[in-house]
This record gives sequence, structure tokens and C-alpha cells, in this order.
Amino acid sequence: MTTTVEQLMPRTRRNAELLLLILAIVIVLLAWVTTDLNRNGTVPANIIPVAGGFTVLALAVHLVLRWKAAYADPVLLPIVTVLNGLGLVMIHRLDLARGKLGTDGDAYRQIIWTALAVALAVAVIIVLRDHRLLRRYTYVSMAVGFALLLLPLVPGLGQTINGSQIWISLGPLNFQPGEFAKIALAIFFAGYLVQTRDVLSLAGKRVLGFTFPRGRDLGPILVAWLLAVLILVFQKDLGSALLFFGLFVAMLYVATERVSWIAIGLLLFGLAVAFALSAFTHFQKRVELWLDPFSPDNLERSNQLANGLWGMASGGLTGTGLGAGRPWLTSFAESDFIFSSLGEELGLFGSVGIIVLYLIFCERGIRTALGVRDGFGKLLAVGLTFSVAFQLFIVIGGVTRVIPLTGLTTPFMSLGGSSLLANWVIVALLLRISDQARRPMPEMPVGIASDDPAPAEVTQVVRMS
Amino acid sequence: MNAPIRRISVLIAALFTALLVAATVVQFAQVKTLGSMAANKRTLLDNYSRERGSIIVGGQPIAKSVPVDDQYRFLRTYPQGGLYSQVTGFYSYQVGAPYGLEHASDDLLSGDSDTLFVRRATDLLTGRRTAGATLELTIDPKAQKAADDALGGSKGAVVALDPKTGAILAMVSHPQYDPNPISSHDLTKAANAWEKLSSDPAKPYLNRTINQLYPPGSTFKVVTAAAALESGLLSDENSEVPGPAVLDLPLTSATLPNENRRPCGPNDKTTLIRALEISCNTAFGSLGLELGGEQLRAQAAKFGFGDSLTIPMRVSTSTVPADLNAPQAAQSAIGQYEVKSTPLQMAMVAAGIANQGRVMTPYLIDSVRSANLDIIESTPDPVELSQATSPETASTLTTMMVSVVDNGSGVRAAIPGVEVAGKTGTAQHDPKKPPHAWFISFAPAGDPQVAVAVVVEDGGVTGSEVGGGRVAAPIAKAVMQAVLQ
Repeated sequence: MTTTVEQLMPRTRRNAELLLLILAIVIVLLAWVTTDLNRNGTVPANIIPVAGGFTVLALAVHLVLRWKAAYADPVLLPIVTVLNGLGLVMIHRLDLARGKLGTDGDAYRQIIWTALAVALAVAVIIVLRDHRLLRRYTYVSMAVGFALLLLPLVPGLGQTINGSQIWISLGPLNFQPGEFAKIALAIFFAGYLVQTRDVLSLAGKRVLGFTFPRGRDLGPILVAWLLAVLILVFQKDLGSALLFFGLFVAMLYVATERVSWIAIGLLLFGLAVAFALSAFTHFQKRVELWLDPFSPDNLERSNQLANGLWGMASGGLTGTGLGAGRPWLTSFAESDFIFSSLGEELGLFGSVGIIVLYLIFCERGIRTALGVRDGFGKLLAVGLTFSVAFQLFIVIGGVTRVIPLTGLTTPFMSLGGSSLLANWVIVALLLRISDQARRPMPEMPVGIASDDPAPAEVTQVVRMS
Repeated sequence: MNAPIRRISVLIAALFTALLVAATVVQFAQVKTLGSMAANKRTLLDNYSRERGSIIVGGQPIAKSVPVDDQYRFLRTYPQGGLYSQVTGFYSYQVGAPYGLEHASDDLLSGDSDTLFVRRATDLLTGRRTAGATLELTIDPKAQKAADDALGGSKGAVVALDPKTGAILAMVSHPQYDPNPISSHDLTKAANAWEKLSSDPAKPYLNRTINQLYPPGSTFKVVTAAAALESGLLSDENSEVPGPAVLDLPLTSATLPNENRRPCGPNDKTTLIRALEISCNTAFGSLGLELGGEQLRAQAAKFGFGDSLTIPMRVSTSTVPADLNAPQAAQSAIGQYEVKSTPLQMAMVAAGIANQGRVMTPYLIDSVRSANLDIIESTPDPVELSQATSPETASTLTTMMVSVVDNGSGVRAAIPGVEVAGKTGTAQHDPKKPPHAWFISFAPAGDPQVAVAVVVEDGGVTGSEVGGGRVAAPIAKAVMQAVLQ
């Protein structure tokens, strides 16, 4: 290793992050001002406090990174700032169209949620000195994850919104616990798979060039599958089921390097979907809407997919301009369809820009997974990254008609507190792991290793080679 | 573990590629297809929220788009209410724009017309939305108002032309309707207004001046007289014509009687001018027999019968049927049988005679201006539709028509100090209903400034020529006075 060089010139890249962050803030503020100029012909009256607050939030994370995670990836924070900011601008823009001003507006609540989410992310970065500490909570995470997933099914707590029971209501707040379950399960899968990967990857019979696992090793994937089926049947939420099961299979594959797990996973999920399709009209309707969203019958039933597509088409290449389109014609324009809304007003160039931002985000996540030295960190980083990528594919693929529409939030952009909080925690975890990944080897605090409860950790590093 | 992580990253790249392709398909490849779908509300709203051009009469807008603070951005209003309702039509988010100039000149008003191409191209560069063109009409607001007032509560139509150019000076059709509620952005209100309008048996949306075909009755005798003079059958207004009380029709037991059952002159004979003054059926019936159907038809065609005109609204085609036998020709010669004419067509007959036999193509749009008042199309040069008669024949017919007003059935159209030429008409259309009352005229006879046709539906009196003279002539008089003032 050439660590000696790095040791002499440790490159934290924090200044690059600051530069990118300023660019990100400028983009968001320009988008906001453009929106208000197009709608009202005036610069927003509260620009100084709001823009200042937004800048302070972003810079706070930056400063905390300088202080607590100097080697963290410099691109993640600016990207998330742009995405979160553009989401806020679109929500504010829809508020303007609907006459929901000031504290009545969705944007007002979303700003508060953003502040809370950033605070939570900062707390995670400060409190969690090393991501490997999370390994201690592997089975706690499992319990928390499962509980969160099944919480909406508790009578009196669960809320059915738009045909899917994925919400819980706590007093005035509606919450999607699935967003947090995603993180808990990623931690659990990472901790569990790091321990069991040997067994899952080595034992088995070879059939047709693939090594298939022994029957008794099928246990974990069957449990995960069963959970997905439960979500499908009781919560009628194909998106979440697909996301969790996909997350597990992807992490299983990374841990074991066995393609056969993917084959088994696809087969199992195919069975579940086939069952759901034959048993529930809810899913049949979604598939019909996907196949032909423009037929008069289907438009009568639900025109949101068609409306979203018409909106994006009306934007064309360059878009109508922020504030100059009609995104409010699409239902859920501020949540499920926020990508269509942005596509309508920013055009194909804007849509591609947003997708590419997410792509870079995921690329940085993958790079973190590749760079970090411990197996748990690798699995966690790739799991979190994959969950964001896959969720994005499910929701944007849904609104652009690549796959049937299922209700998931667009990370960082959709209106909704739970989604924002959870995704900012994901960013905090990725930043924390990337700090480990990019930090020069000798600087790694030695104390951590002795802190680590699992002796397997040491052997694991050897095994990696 | 790095090898499978790299493979996962390839999978992620594949997923994102699918999204990029899908976005490109929706926002680039399918833009036209998606945009042209009938149910696409955005396309509809785009059309309706563009600043549509105004329609101007005498410097005042009769249709204009005013900015409003709703999703349609502009509300189409008609400041004069019903007065120009059939001229403008309406522009409704609910119904569209099926009538009037809103329909016929939609491309100019909306800004989509090719004549606005240069402007659209510059607007594309500057990012401004192309505003529609403004139409200035030929209508004389005084004449329009006078026609509307004079027609009063009657069903019918009044159309006035400038005989020398073909410019339409008045275009009134009764009953009228208010286009404002149908164009309202309150969609329920608009739907109710449309329901009421479309189910009204009187069809107020119909522009009777150009889209209702009436039997022209005795006003058509002018055309018959023109044919007789042009063909050389008769030499001048004093030529002798038969005028029995009842005309026997060949091939049939039917007869053609005079309304009063009396001969038109001593010895069952009269002069052409006298026959027109008193609207002698038997005289013109026998001229019809002598001329034959084809000559009548040919003369009518020279006045514009059988032509498809657009002003720019489509004008219903007035007709004299082909292959008339003798009794049908006799009936047609007095404007009955299957002869059908729009009021505009009969105004063109009067205007043609007024303009020395030259019928000018009628038009409604005087000039077209872009949103910033540059002239895109200026007042068109008058276009001759046809030379219907020789100037001599026209002069003879003028003499006869002046005499109709001075000495005959059209006396109520007389304007003190002005020589008025006219012809009354009473057209049977339904045995159970009173006939339509007609009047066509022009003035001043020496230097014609205005030609008018008036129809009052069911306004005549059966068995009498007085309907046209009593009911329709004063309306024509009022319009002519308004123009000549």
C-alpha cells in the first residue's frame, strides 16, 4: 500500500466539498427565486431568513464533517443538499399554485422536517464515532426493523392511505415506519451476513455450474421472503416488499458472491408477485394501469399516471420553467409524482440532471463500500446505497412507466417527514463509513478495534485479501 | 467482497440507464403523441391560456381576452353581449369554439397561423408566448345597432354590404345569445349555459345571415327580371309582359295565381316595371316559363348562387335546382319551389345591381394586426366575384327597384331626400305558418353606399305582399339610414 504518501499529504477534500456545497445552495436559491418570479413576478419576501437558514443547515453539516469526519466523501453532502432543496422548491411551488401560503404550506412543514433531519444526521455523525459500533446492535436492529415493518398492521395505529397500509398515525403525525425499517434491516443484514457468509457461500452442491445452498441454509432467505409476502398481503404494498426483499438478496449476493442466491430470490419473489396478482384486484388494477394508462376506462379509474406522463411530456426538452407549468394537475404531485413535477418544469434536461445526481450519489456509496476495509462496513454501505438506488428505480420507474406504479417516496425530495429523516440518516451513515474508507490507514484509531465486541472482525480482515 | 460490489454497481447503472431511457422517451420521443391526446388537460389549458387576439368593431372590442388569476390565465369576454354573438361565436373550455370567427379564424386569433410565423420564430427565441392576432371587422357599429334595434324581438336576419367592395357592414341574426356565460371559467355555469343554448329550438347559435336557407320569394323576381333583360327577351323596363290573374302552368293542373287574384293590368298585360312594383306573380311566372329553368339558374349563378363562400365563416350555398321543368321554372321565377337563399346571397343580388352588375366577394375581416399592432394583413383589395349583368341591365333594374319604393310595395323603405331602390318579398315555407317577410334594397340609387337584405321569419301575411313591405322594409330603411348618416 502507498499509505505512506497519503500519510504525508492527507487529502480530506473538505474544501472541495465546501465549493460544491456553495454551488448546490446557489442552484437551490436560483430555483426558488425563479419559481417566485414566474409565479408572482417578485422575489420571495422571506428570502433572507429562509435562504440563510438553509445555508446554515448545509454549512452546519459541513462543519461537523470537518470536525468529526474529516475524510468523509466530499460529494455526498452537496448532492443531497441540491436534491432536498429542489424538492422543497417544488413543494413550495405547488403550495403557491394551491394558495397554501406561509405556515399553512406543505413547504413550511417540509422545511421543519429538513431541519430536524439535518439535526438527526449531525447527531448520528457526532455520536457514531465508528460505524462498526453498529455491529453490536445486529439483533436489536433485526427486532426494530421487523417491528417497524409490521407496526402499520397494529389495529388502531395503522392507517390505510391510497390502498396501502404502510402508515402509522401518532397523534397528528402520520409516519411511514418502513423508511426506518430500511436502515435497521440494512444494519441487521450486514451484521448477520458478515457472520454467516462463510457457511452461506461455501457449503452446497453444484448443479449446472451453480453452487446451490444446502436446504438448511435457505432459512434466512425464506424468512426474508416471508416478511416480504406479509407486507404484500397485509399492507398491499408491492413497492416496499420489492425494496426489502431486493435489499436482502443484493446484500446476500455481495456477502456470498453466489449468483444462485439471486436466482433463488428472483424465483421466490416471482412466486409471491404471481400470487398477489391472482389474489388481489389492487395489484391487477395497477398492472392494467401500467399497460394502458390512457384508455378511457383506466383514466376514469385513476388518471395520475397518465397525468404525470402528460406533465413530463409538456415539459419537453427544456421544461416550462419553474412556476410556469401545471404540475398540480397530477395528484400526489408533491410526493409520489414529484419527479414528474420537476420533469414538467425543468424538462428532460432537468430530469436527466436529477437522475444523474442520484447516480453520482450511488456511485459515491459504492466507492465507499469498495474502499472501506471491514466486511460489515462494506455490506452496510452497499446495502444503504442499493436501497436508495432501488427505491429510486421503483418510484421513478413507476412514474415513467418502466414498471407498474407502486407508492414509494422519492428519497430527499418527496413531501414527508419520515422519508426525509430516514434518508438523512442514510447519508450520515454513508458519510461516517466513507470517512473510514478514505482515512489513511495509520490514522485509524486503534482503540476502536479493542472496542469491537466481535473477535471475528480480526479474522475477517485477513480473509478479505 | 469487492467483485460482487462492482457487479451490484453495474446493476445500479443498468437500473439508472432504464430510467434515463424512459425519461427520454416520455420527454422527447413521445412529446407529440402524449401532447395530442384528447384527454390531456394540459394541452387544452395551453390553448386556452394563451392571450387570444381581440375582435374589433369600430375601434371597440367585441371579443377580448382579459387576464385573470386562475389556471386558464385569460378569460374570453364579449363586452357587447348578444349583439355580435353570431359574428364572434364563443370560446369555451367546455365546448370549444364551434361557431363564428372564434371558429373560422381560430389560427389567427390563437397565434398559430402561418402568417404569424416570423413572429412565432422570434417569440421562440425571446421565450415570449405568442399572442394571437387582432381582427378588425368591416362592420359599421351604427348599422349593426340599427339592424338589431329594428329587428327587435322578431326572429330573422339582417345583413348589409358595401356594394362597391363587398365589405359586410351589418350582420344581425335573431334570436341572439350571450356568449359570456358559455366562455366562463366556472365550468358548471358554462355547461349549463351551453345546455340551454344547444337545446333552444330557435337555434340562437345559428348565424341566420349566412347559414340559414330561406325561400327568397318575390325578392328573387329581380333575378328573373335580370335574366329576361340579359337574354334579350325584354329590352327595357317598359317592355310589355303578360299579367293575367291566374297563370296556367303546362304539364300540370296546378296554376300560379296573383296574391290578390286580379290581373296586373288591363287586358291581362302590364309592363315589366309595373310588374315589379306590384310584385306580379303571373308576369314573372310567365317570364320563367319563357326563359326556362337553365337560364334562371345561370343568371342566379352569376349573382353567386351555387358558390361556396367563406367570409371567413363558411356561408351556406344558396341554390336554384337544376333540371327544372316548366311549372317548376315558373314557381322558381317567383322565388318559390326549391329556390333557397341565405340573406347574404340576396344582399349580394341587391349589391350587384347597385354596383353596375358587378358582384363583389363579401368579406368580414378588414385587417389583421399582431399583438403589438403591426398590420399583418391590411384591408383586402375588393375582389369581383362575377359580372352578374351588364351595366345597362343593372341600370334598368335600378330604375325598376327605385320605382318599387317610390310607387309600389316598398314604400316604407323610402328615406326622405335619398333615392332608395328595393324589392319586397313574401316567401311561403310552411302552410301552417305565416310566410317569411323579405326586403332587399340599396341606397342611394345614384351612388350606392349600402345594400341590405332583411328576413323576418314568419313575419308576412298569407295571401298578401304587404308582409315584406310592412315588416321588413322599415328595418332595411333603418340600416341604410344608419350607414348613410
